[in-house]
Amino acid sequence: MAATPATVKQLAGLGFDVVVEFGAGERASFTDTMYMAAGAVTVTRAEAWASDVVLKVNPPHEDEIFRLTTGSTLIGLLSPAFRPDLLEALAAHGVTALAMDAVPRISRAQSMDVLSSMANIAGYRAVVEAAHEFGWFFTGQVTAAGKVPPAKVLVAGAGVAGLAAIGAASSLGAIVRATDPRPEVADQVKSIGGEYLKVEVEEEMASADGYAKATTDAYNRRAAEIYSEQAREVDIIITTALIPGRPAPKLITAEDVASMKPGSVIVDMAAGQGGNVEGSMAGERVVTDNGIVILGYTDLAGRLPAQASQLYGTNLVNLLKLLTPGKDGHLVIDFDDVVQRSVTVVRDGEKTWPPPAVQVSAAPAQTASSAPDTGEESAKRPRLTARGKTALLATGIAALLAVAAVAPAPLPQHFTVLVLSVVIGFYVIGKVHHALHTPLMSVTNAISGIIVVGALLQITSDSLLIRIAAAAATLVASINIFGGFAVTRRMLGMFSK
Amino acid sequence: MSNTISGPLTTESLAGAAYIVAALLFILSLAGLSKHETARRGVAYGIAGMAIALASTVWGTLQSDFISGLAGIGTLLLLVAVIIGAAIGLWRARAVQMTGMPELIAILHSFVGLAAVLVGWNGHFEAKDVAPSLLGVHRSEVFIGVFIGAVTFTGSIVAFLKLSARIKSKPLMLPGKNLLNLGALLAFAALTVWYVAEPQLSLLVAVTAIALALGWHLVASIGGGDMPVVVSMLNSYSGWAAAAAGFLLNNDLLIVTGALVGSSGAYLSYIMCKAMNRSFVSVIAGGFGLEAPASSDTDYGEHREITAEETADLLKNASSVVITPGYGMAVAQAQHHVAELTRKLREKQVDVRFGIHPVAGRLPGHMNVLLAEAKVPYDIVLEMDEINDELAQTEVVLVIGANDTVNPAAAEDPGSPIAGMPVLRVWEAGNVVVFKRSMASGYAGVQNPLFFRDNSQMLFGDAKDRIDDILQRI
Repeated sequence: MAATPATVKQLAGLGFDVVVEFGAGERASFTDTMYMAAGAVTVTRAEAWASDVVLKVNPPHEDEIFRLTTGSTLIGLLSPAFRPDLLEALAAHGVTALAMDAVPRISRAQSMDVLSSMANIAGYRAVVEAAHEFGWFFTGQVTAAGKVPPAKVLVAGAGVAGLAAIGAASSLGAIVRATDPRPEVADQVKSIGGEYLKVEVEEEMASADGYAKATTDAYNRRAAEIYSEQAREVDIIITTALIPGRPAPKLITAEDVASMKPGSVIVDMAAGQGGNVEGSMAGERVVTDNGIVILGYTDLAGRLPAQASQLYGTNLVNLLKLLTPGKDGHLVIDFDDVVQRSVTVVRDGEKTWPPPAVQVSAAPAQTASSAPDTGEESAKRPRLTARGKTALLATGIAALLAVAAVAPAPLPQHFTVLVLSVVIGFYVIGKVHHALHTPLMSVTNAISGIIVVGALLQITSDSLLIRIAAAAATLVASINIFGGFAVTRRMLGMFSK
Repeated sequence: MSNTISGPLTTESLAGAAYIVAALLFILSLAGLSKHETARRGVAYGIAGMAIALASTVWGTLQSDFISGLAGIGTLLLLVAVIIGAAIGLWRARAVQMTGMPELIAILHSFVGLAAVLVGWNGHFEAKDVAPSLLGVHRSEVFIGVFIGAVTFTGSIVAFLKLSARIKSKPLMLPGKNLLNLGALLAFAALTVWYVAEPQLSLLVAVTAIALALGWHLVASIGGGDMPVVVSMLNSYSGWAAAAAGFLLNNDLLIVTGALVGSSGAYLSYIMCKAMNRSFVSVIAGGFGLEAPASSDTDYGEHREITAEETADLLKNASSVVITPGYGMAVAQAQHHVAELTRKLREKQVDVRFGIHPVAGRLPGHMNVLLAEAKVPYDIVLEMDEINDELAQTEVVLVIGANDTVNPAAAEDPGSPIAGMPVLRVWEAGNVVVFKRSMASGYAGVQNPLFFRDNSQMLFGDAKDRIDDILQRI
């Protein structure tokens, strides 16, 4: 459903008169009365399709296209890359069509990114489906009837769907592990309660020249090993790995599946694109010989109809906000705007798919390709500084040795004292609490007033000049000592738990 | 120690023993100050150490005073100087506003520097009982002590003036400033060699003048945003000045204490530089303001405003709130109002916490001191690393007088002058309310894209007044 009572109200706020087909919200538990209360008028199917702007979820059927009035606008999930026939039909009918699934993935357009919205829901639902099939608790419990270990869940791919699945599974109490080829997602995985399994490849392989291919081979081999190890151990596997424009990578082999404990559950969220799991079937529930359930549902987001409608509806409202700058119910498509250009696949009967490769969509690819370089660089830099540090340290020690060896009597002893004190100074404040930086500084400041000792030693000199100067030094150093300690005490007195 | 045969307890051996105890107490003092639980004890150790060191030195001075037959004059001078100094110090410590803490500490550093200069000068005039073989060493010690002391002295005064806004905090840009600094160091080295060969008063005057100018120039060319590092660095310098005096006077206590302060101050500066992802050298050389903001022409779009009433509603309905204060809170003296707001929200079961950037304010730990003064419990005051990952789950973030420390450009715009500096990722939170006087940029002079984010709203005006308005609605 492309609108909820809440989004209907927002659409009305943009100046649109909203009509809703009778019973359209039934599956999502939105009744016609609710839509009417929100300000919409409920109409027949034919009347609904005759509107100036038609909001829809799935691509229209042929008969539906004929119901559209010429010059009207259709907005929905149109999969323009896979349905050239649909675009032709829409163009022939002289309408404008906007594909929500063609929203560019830039931060400005995030509020319209239906793929993210749906992936989020699907990830959550994948866990719920798995829990439904799984014959055990997710959370570990100690009950009067015995101890229950927590379920172990492996999530392959930590994109939006993967992260949603990790979050849902860990909030049910399971131990969640996640894999992803991008090491930078490790923090995200951790932040929602998962454990990131890094694919560590031996450095030898990585650094040898001309072995780029071998490196990926080594990487893939190690990744496969991780999946095999995990398959033997975990109770539930949820796979979300997709590569744009290519069939989904096979991550879990038939042997891996066979090695799982009977009663284990696999949810293959990529089943629609060929599947990450050997033996999964798109849209089907498969049970293997050893009792493993493999779910290949492709409509996971649709299984949360109300939630999906609400998010999709809001994505639509955000797009329409962009398209109706006047808030007068009048649609204006500005082809200079990257987002508007990208979503428009047919304009007034003219096919405009694919959009020109916009600079913004090229940017992520560029950063992706430059990322490994910087990684290499930053790996090199510490090594150099480490060498530099060693050299510096060696020079310092040599200098100290030279000075101490030639210096006359009391100096070497002073150097000993100095060097030891420096080292102690470093170590003693090594773990200072950040809140205590100011008190620490003011106390060290007070202590550095110890210079007063020097002044005191000179105050008994025979020379009057020296006496006066020493007295002045004593005075200022005393200000420092007493002031420093007093102010530190005052500050610390204020820290309370 | 010369008297070990005739009797173990001489003035000198007593002083030596007292110095060892004092040095140990100072180490314990610094160690104690790294934790809340032991901090007060740490100060007590420090005071005890200082008392022992002073008492034994004064005792020794009195003895030699009477022996030298000039009874009274030295003692009188000593007592008068200490009493006046103590009175001034205690008075300033009691009178200072907590927001004025950075200035106070900066000016206190200058006193150590001045004392070191005076001690060094005295060393020049009083070179009579030095063994001939050590004469060269003694002379170079005089020079080093005076040099470090003078740099600390003027550097601290400039830091004081900048922090108390008596002079502009903008970095001074002299042409070829790095060459000037380098030249001063070379001149120092050359003069030292000359002085060792031929100790003339004019050379000492010259090196003092050069060092004073160098100290002034060093700190003057560092911008206000880097002041926390500068203050900590000057703290370190004041320690080295004391250590140099120790070499000069053949006094181990001064060396130990000076080195302790010097190295701990240097380490603290290093921690802070790391927190800002800056190299220590570039901060000292004042390179921060050099880069022109590359993306100054970028159109960030429109910012949105919010009223105090709307902010109050936002806070009342939130379950988690994080407050990130900055120097602006100190300027507006808003810490008590912020604390009151925190208390009221906590009574309403709102989870309120504070996120403190390591370099927020003009002194390391500045914000912590202000919040502690306002009686905010310290266990809800978290540092950046502790809170950063939780900001994404936070409903409302209040940015009070902070700017550069919450600038997303540091994380996202490689061309930004503050690129790579770790910042509080407040923009990940559900709502961000920024308390600010105007749309002016922060100390780094960098525009802040945070203000133009979809989830940010600006609350303009004096932070104290605006929080008052919010309090009336809660």
